[in-house]
Parts: sequence; structure tokens; C-alpha cells
Amino acid sequence: MSEQVFTNCTVGGPISVYVKDGRIVRVRPIVIDEEDFKPWTIEAKGKKFSPPRQVKLASYVNTERTRVYSDERAKYPMKRVDFDPRSGNRNTENRGKSAYVRISWDEALDIVAAEMKRIVQDYGPEAITGIVSSHHNWGTVNYKMGPFSRFMNRLGFTFIFDNPDSWEGFHWGAVHAYGFYWRLGCAEPYDLLEDTLKNAEMVVYWSSDPYASWGTYCGGESQIWRLWTREAGIKQVFIDPFCNHTAATIGDRWIAPKVGTDSALALAIAYVWLNDNTYDKEYLETHTIGFEHFRDYVLGKEDNKPKTPKWAEKICGVPARHITALAREWASKRTVLSCGVRAGFGGAIRLAYGHEWARLAVFLQAMQGLGKPGVSMWGSGMGAPFNANFFFPGYADTDGKLSTTAAADKKIHNPVQQRLYRLLFPEAILNPPIEWRGEGFCGNSIEQQFKSYKYPLPGKSEVKMFYRYGGSFIGTMTETNRWVMAYQSPKLEFVVNQDCWWGSETRFADIILPACTNLERDDIAEFGNPGGYSAHGSSGCNHRIIVRQKKCIEPLFESKSDYDIFTLLAERLGFKDDFTDGGKTTLDWVKRYFEISDLPKHISWEAFNSKGYYVVPVPDNYKSTPSLRWFYEGRTCDTPDYLNPKRNTEKGKELGTYSGKIEFVSQSLTQHLPDDKERPPMPRYIPSWEGPNSPLARKYPLQLLSPHPRYSFHTHYDTHSPWLGEIPGHRIEKDGYSYWVARIHPRDAEPRGIKQGDIVKLYNDRGAVLCIAQVTERCKPGVVHSYCSSIKYDPMEPGKAYSIDKGGCVNLLTSARMLSKNAPGMAPNSCLIEINKWEA
Amino acid sequence: MVKKYGMIVDITRCNGCYNCFLACRDEFCGNDYPGYSVAQPFSGQFWVKVIEKERGQYPKVKVAYTVIPCMQCEKPSCVDVSSNKAVYQRLDGIVIIDPEKAKGQKQIVNACPYRVIYWNEEKNIPQKCTFCAHLLDQGWKEPRCVESCPTKALVFGDLNDPDSEISRIIATAKGKLEVLHPEYGLMPKVQYIGIPKRFVAGEVVFRDKKDECAAGVKVTLSSKGNADKVTKTDNYGDFEFEGLDADKDYTVSIEHSGYSAKKVKVKTNIDTYLGEILLGKIAVKNK
Repeated sequence: MSEQVFTNCTVGGPISVYVKDGRIVRVRPIVIDEEDFKPWTIEAKGKKFSPPRQVKLASYVNTERTRVYSDERAKYPMKRVDFDPRSGNRNTENRGKSAYVRISWDEALDIVAAEMKRIVQDYGPEAITGIVSSHHNWGTVNYKMGPFSRFMNRLGFTFIFDNPDSWEGFHWGAVHAYGFYWRLGCAEPYDLLEDTLKNAEMVVYWSSDPYASWGTYCGGESQIWRLWTREAGIKQVFIDPFCNHTAATIGDRWIAPKVGTDSALALAIAYVWLNDNTYDKEYLETHTIGFEHFRDYVLGKEDNKPKTPKWAEKICGVPARHITALAREWASKRTVLSCGVRAGFGGAIRLAYGHEWARLAVFLQAMQGLGKPGVSMWGSGMGAPFNANFFFPGYADTDGKLSTTAAADKKIHNPVQQRLYRLLFPEAILNPPIEWRGEGFCGNSIEQQFKSYKYPLPGKSEVKMFYRYGGSFIGTMTETNRWVMAYQSPKLEFVVNQDCWWGSETRFADIILPACTNLERDDIAEFGNPGGYSAHGSSGCNHRIIVRQKKCIEPLFESKSDYDIFTLLAERLGFKDDFTDGGKTTLDWVKRYFEISDLPKHISWEAFNSKGYYVVPVPDNYKSTPSLRWFYEGRTCDTPDYLNPKRNTEKGKELGTYSGKIEFVSQSLTQHLPDDKERPPMPRYIPSWEGPNSPLARKYPLQLLSPHPRYSFHTHYDTHSPWLGEIPGHRIEKDGYSYWVARIHPRDAEPRGIKQGDIVKLYNDRGAVLCIAQVTERCKPGVVHSYCSSIKYDPMEPGKAYSIDKGGCVNLLTSARMLSKNAPGMAPNSCLIEINKWEA
Repeated sequence: MVKKYGMIVDITRCNGCYNCFLACRDEFCGNDYPGYSVAQPFSGQFWVKVIEKERGQYPKVKVAYTVIPCMQCEKPSCVDVSSNKAVYQRLDGIVIIDPEKAKGQKQIVNACPYRVIYWNEEKNIPQKCTFCAHLLDQGWKEPRCVESCPTKALVFGDLNDPDSEISRIIATAKGKLEVLHPEYGLMPKVQYIGIPKRFVAGEVVFRDKKDECAAGVKVTLSSKGNADKVTKTDNYGDFEFEGLDADKDYTVSIEHSGYSAKKVKVKTNIDTYLGEILLGKIAVKNK
């Protein structure tokens, strides 16, 4: 028996994969020679903090082996039985219901290529659309900005804008307060671990649960940081309607506002500071504009409503005295506000007017001198000592994308101008024309947020073909019965789903193309580094590790790598040479990416390829440059935030806002949308359209809070990895079925006759979902907590929109209404429901 | 000197990520290690078990996760009940169930009061955690569960080596170390820090100043007339007594100058949040 060990990388960390006789037998954290680690040390408060010479994974990565061999793999090319493009019998209304028949790769690819040709010929390339999901695999060559994009760009297609679904409020709000549009509204993270340990006295985690969101792509690396924070004597306070996992285990204090009332709470904190005179007037004078208007609003001079703790108490359900105590402690201690940024993705930025709270969060820290030692905005999932001088592209960097990378001889751009918006995809199909404002990811300028779009473009075709790649939106988008209906529209003449597994959308495809996982093909990538708007994201890892992702086993069943699938399609469409950049194999691309990075300066290809990794050391003379210290001290930006366009210019001292300062009254909103009452130039508390005080609450009295899941990543892993079904915080089996968990307070459970372990129906006018009840003191009464992102959509009547789902896609219940009129972010946490005990 | 392996589980460092449970599954499910163990079934057995305990009531709630592998007892009851020496203790202290000799010996499962031995119906054998002995014998430093732990809540090592990390922790944590169910008398080599006891907590509120937190109020916990613990309310008016014995009767006394003292009786059958305790102002005469 021969055993081989291969290196690879996942969305939750790099791994060593042990293979015996062609079968994976073990997956563990990547094994790295101890001498290759150069751990840094932070000295703070008389203690020394240094990371282990080991890699720490996210929980679900430990299930990688079962996920690769999952019964839910897409194993063979499939065709829906009642789909017959030749005769024109497409029976699109049966999508989601009909069975599938296995076909050969040749037949499948011939159908896909013929349909593409036909649709382009009949309607033009605008009629083709497609979209990827986030993070079902990992890699630079073979991942979402890889073959899919290069192929579709060459073909030409109606690109679908993404929305920053995990931190909407920061993108659509905070940008107008402090800039950082190049980070989609998240502040730069540099050296805030050290700054916090050394200088902070308190961390307020507001709508932030880093033990649940891990370090996003950084596995379990930062989990120990919060224990260091405790060891450094720093108080850790949590504001969340749910006593989240971080709060429940290390929290010193939990404050539970009603869902969607965070803005009122923030205003009351500001009121206390104004009243007590405990804010940084000098900073406000020199670093901000418009504060006097904000002060007047808070004190009630504008609307005769002083935003006192008593005022907020009625809205938030938090006793006024607790608000005052929190505000006073915050002002008296150097306090980090942990929210919004990676690891701090919480509910408060994904609900009605979430941009208002995100702006207020910036203002609170501005009132305390944002950028001062120990006074920062830090999600706590990035910001370790980091070697930013070493270049290796993330998949979302220009040099990471297969279409535009310097690794390619020929760069390829999509010639089609027409655009769609992901959140409006169902409307675009069901009820066009549609209009919206904002480009989705507005990372190039603030103005992108104001750009108006129309679909279809005049004289251009609506989309007729949908190419769906990797993942599922029924569990991640809002009011997702709309997607069921859109899929069944005859307007979508052809739907392809290319994925490694069956997910909630797979069963709506006409042709299913089975892709292999990144353990079954070659690639190269860095742990935790998506690049792009999350620049230097691997500072959430304790060590920068670039991994040669090795093909560990042959593709299972009849699956193929994405690169091979698109090569075969490109061949049929006559542009194989362009797609493959003159005949490059996957391994050729891997080598090219190696060559354009800084790796060759430090390690030979042979050594890298045989070792399987390179650890980028933090230099001995490392100089810490904490986030926004330059701004606080009035210096030019000295952080390595390379996407900051003002950096290294004469405006280097400025923030990315129009004024270059923190804007209590936004200049960008004043200029572009001065009359917007839902996102006014100065943020306000605006009651939710669907909250505890709205009329609908009489019918649906419970607030559904559905943050990102803890034991799976988006819709990935989950039921593809059955072991997760034995973690009671994830799914619980009852009567042979693995149910999604919904948490409810005893005070809400008891009058409804709901007991621990009961099957319950969560419902409103938008749908119904069965879950298993966990009766818990961790929910604020009136709040039901159930994660978004179930991979399983299992309607009792397949193919019927609004059928009861057993799989746990609580996103069926959430509202499609956006953050506000001109801020097209999703707002799933503004969702009222009722719960009944369910008996089949 | 011969090695003696042990483990420390620091519950105060555990956040319930379940990496240990999942890494164990990865190591043993579907994988036979001849001489050590046969494959763990893909579901139903928990060689590393994680017990989640919710403590307290809204809004004072805590969660403690207790990780439970085989305790690798020095006096293992499973060894005693096995026939044919099917269960034995190695020189390094690891207790191994010989998968061949243990066939059909269901009594081994029931001999373990910690309930960490599982019956494999299909293979007709008892099974459990081996501290990854097959890996240690190949030179690995620690079992899979410990390797996977992101917070050093699990520490593994040689108890006989005074320089090992586990020995250093034991040396400094003296008094904090406990075992689960010492009354069993089996001398487990898995030791714990922070086994949840009981807490009693509450918030003091001045009846005349409900919009201000009652900070700095003296709160005394007593049992049978003796003051056990004294604390002061924090800036939120909160007090907490942690680490109390279970099922005891206590009295919480609250005193503050100018206010009538108050006594609240509480039994620690569960962790208890007493909620708001109102203190009334002592009436001033001639006013």
C-alpha cells in the first residue's frame, strides 16, 4: 500500500491530503516544517503573544474527505428528461420537478455549445448570462474568476453584478462617512491586532460574532486572538439580539437590542457623550465635517426629539441605564469597535436602512478619535503583523483573474455592455424592464453607487440562457421563492448548472455538468487571500502561506475540472486557442502565476512544487503601521493599502470621502441624492418597514435573525458533509431527517406549545420552512435565530413555488426589499414571521 | 524515563468549534489501524464528544463546551471487565481495546461510567478513542483532536517529562485542575480546567434612580449564616458569583448606604440570574 501526501488549500485553510491507493484517507492542517515558520511576537501589557507554528482550519474543512466523496456529488452529465431542444419541447415549467437522465459528456457539451450558438445567433450575446457563487472551491487558476470568467468574457455575456451580501450597510453607508470604497466600505485592517492588545481597554463587538464567521477565509487562525485579548485584560462587550457564540463563551457583557434598532442605540450613546462632554472636540474640529448638524439632531434641536437613552430604550428594548453605562465606559476606556469588517459580518448591516447604523458606527468612533491608539474599527479577523511587500495575487486581483492576469499572453474583456443585478435577477426574468441604481460592488469610485442601470438595454435582447456555476442562491439571497418562479419561466430557454455537488439550484437546470473539486486538479493560491476589495486579507492568518494545490486524486465519477470543461466548450465554439491562451494546460497556468509573483525571488519552482508551499516571513525589522493612525496624526497614509487612490499623492493625508475627512453630513450624498429621505446626507434612525413596531407584527410577531452560519461556509459543506449534521448547533436529526435549527426563547416557545426538539414551521406570506426547535435563553424574547445558507432546498411539492421547504432555506421567508430606495443591498434581517409546532 | 501521556481540556478556552470532533472523525471513520482500532462508523459514535451546556437565563447567559475523549484512566474499569485481556493499558498509559480479542464483549461498553466506549453493531466490537496511539507510535506529537484545536483548549503531552507543555500547565494551574467524576475513582489522565459549576448573578437597581446603574453596591453571598463571598456591583449594577457548588442554599445580601438592605434566597440547582433587585431608599424623617 502506497501512501502519498499532497498539499492543497480550501476556503477555510491549507491542508495536507493523504492518499492511499488512489483514495483520500486523511485531511489535516497543512504540515509545514517548523523551521519554515517565522512567528512574530507582540509584546503588550507585560505579556508576549506569538502564534503557534501550526495552521488552524475552520471546522468544516475537517470534513473535506467526506465532502469529496459525498453522495451529493454531481457525478455524471445529466439532462432533464423532458428537455428536448431539438424538438423545441423545453417544458421549462417542470424545472425543479422533473427527473434527469444520464448522458455522455459529448452529448452534454454538444447541447450546451449548440444552444449557445443558437442563442447568440438569434438574439445576440446579450441573451447569454451566467453567474458564479462564492467559495465552493479555492484556487487562482481554476476558481470563480478563472475559467468561467475567461470563457464567458470571450463568448460575450450579460454580466450580473454581485451585491456585497455579507456587509451591505458598510458598502452602501460607511463609504459616505469615511471613504474606503476601494474596500467596499470596510476600513483598512493593518496592525490592529497589535494596536488592540497594546492600547485598547475594551472591545465592543457590535453585531459581530467572530467565533461563528471564523476569519472568513482564514480558517481558525484568529480564534486565539480573542483569548489573548482577554489575557491582556481587555473587556469584551457584545451587542447583538442573539447571545452569539463569541459572547456566550468569552463575553463580559451582553446587550440585546431588538433587531434593527441599532441606530437608535448608537444615537443614544452619542447623546450621553454630548451630555457628559466626553468626546474628542479637537479631533472633530480637525478631522471631520458637519458635526454640528449631527449634534443638533442628536440633541433634538432638529426634530424636538432628544435622542436620550430613555428615547432609545423604548425603541431598542435596552434599559436606558444600561445604555448610559455602556456609553460612559466606552468614553472612559480606549475602545475598539468591532463590526462590519471581515469576521464582523452581522445582522445589523443586512437589514432595513442598515447603511444608517454603519455610518453611525463610524461616527461613534470619530467622536472618540478614530485612529488614536486603541481606538479603531476592527472586525478582529484581519490585521496580524504582515509582509505586504511580497506580491502574490488573490483571485480577485487584476493579476489573479484568468482574463486579465499578467500571466496570460492575451487578455480578454467582455464586449457586452448590458448588465443585470443579482438581487433583481428574478424580476428581470419575470417582470422586465427593470431599473436600479448602483453597480453592486462599487470598488472603483463612490460614483458607482449612483449610476443608473436599465435592463434590457435599448435594442438589446433579454437574457435567454442562464449558466449557473458553483453554489446556490435559494439559501443565500432573499425571498427566494422568486428564484423558483424565475427558473420556471419560458423566457429562460436554457439553463446549465455546473457544480461539484447537487445544491438547491441544481434541480432547476436543463443540463448538469459535473465539475471536480480542487482536490482533484492542480492549482496555486494563497491561504486567506481573495485579493481585490479584501486586499491583504491573509493578514487574518498567523502566517502568510502560498500553496501549490496538488491534484490528489483523479476526478471522481465522470467529473472534470472547470478548465477542462470550458476548454471543451471553447473548442466546440471555435475559440479554444483564445480560451487556453495558445494551448496552456492548467499546470502551465500554475507555473505562470508562480512566475509573475514574488515567489521566484525566494524559492525555485522545483523546490516550491516539491515542498508544496512557501511561508512568507514577516521581516525582522518589521514596522507596524496601524490602520488610520496616519489620519489621526495628520500624516500621509503610511499603511500598505495599495488600492487607496490618494496614497502617495499630494492628498495622501485624506480619507476617500469627497472632503477627505469623516463626513457627518455626506458630501457624496449631498451632491448626488440630496433629497433621499431613506439615506439622507446625514444618517438618522429610521424605523424598519418590517420590524417589531410595524403593523405586520400583529400577524407575524417574531423577528427572524438569519446571520451567516457557523459550521458551514455559505451553502458549502452543510449536507455535503454529513458529519456536520451531528453538531447540534448546525442540524439535528429527527425521524431520519436532518433538520436545520431554529432558536427561540422559552417565553415565545411556551405559548406556542413548542418544546426543545419539536419540528416547527417558520412562515409568513413569503413562504414556509420546517426547522427543528432549540429553545434557548440566548435569544432575546421576540427574536428567532436561524442561520441563512442551507444548501438543502427540499420543497414538499417539488417544482412548486411557496411549497413548504423541509431543507431549512429560511431565506425563502426574507424580504426582497432592499436596504433603501437607492441603496440596493439585501436586507434579510428585516423579516417578521410566526412559528407553529408542525405535525406531519 | 517511560512516557505517560495525558491531556488537559481547558473549558475556559473552548468556544465549541467542534474541530476536535471532526478531526477525530476524519482520522478514524473508514480507516482501520491494525493493532489499534478498526474503523469508526461514519455516524453515531463520538470518540471525541463535545457537550454544550447553556447556563443562566436571559439576559445573563453563558455557554460552556466540555470536550470528552476517552479518559485513559490509570485504573480503567474497562480493563477489569474484559476477558482474554481484550482491553489493556500500554506502558505509556494509553488504554487500547484490541479489536480482535474484544469481539462480542459488550460488557466493555457498559463498564465505562464516562460512557465513552461505543458498540459497533456491524463489527460486533466495542470501540473508543485511542489518543491516536497509531500516530504517536509513528512519531506524531499529538492526537488529531489536539492538533486541530485553534485555541489551545486541548493540550497533550508526556506527564513524566517536567519540560513538556502539559507538565508546565499542570505546575502552574495547580488547584484549578479537576477530573470529571472523581468519585468514580478511576484516575483519569484527561484533566480539566474550568468545569462549569453554578453561578448566581443579578442586577441591583435603586428604586429611586432606575435610569442609573447601581454601581459599587456591596453584595454578599452566604450559606448557613457564613459569608462565603463578597463582591461589588460593576458599572452596570451587575454582580456575579461564579464557581459555586451545585444544589446548595445560599442567601444573597445587598447593602448600600441610604438604602434598605435586601436578602434573596437562592438554591443552586441551576445557574441563576436573579434579574433586577430593587433597593428602596430609607425614608428620611422630617422631610
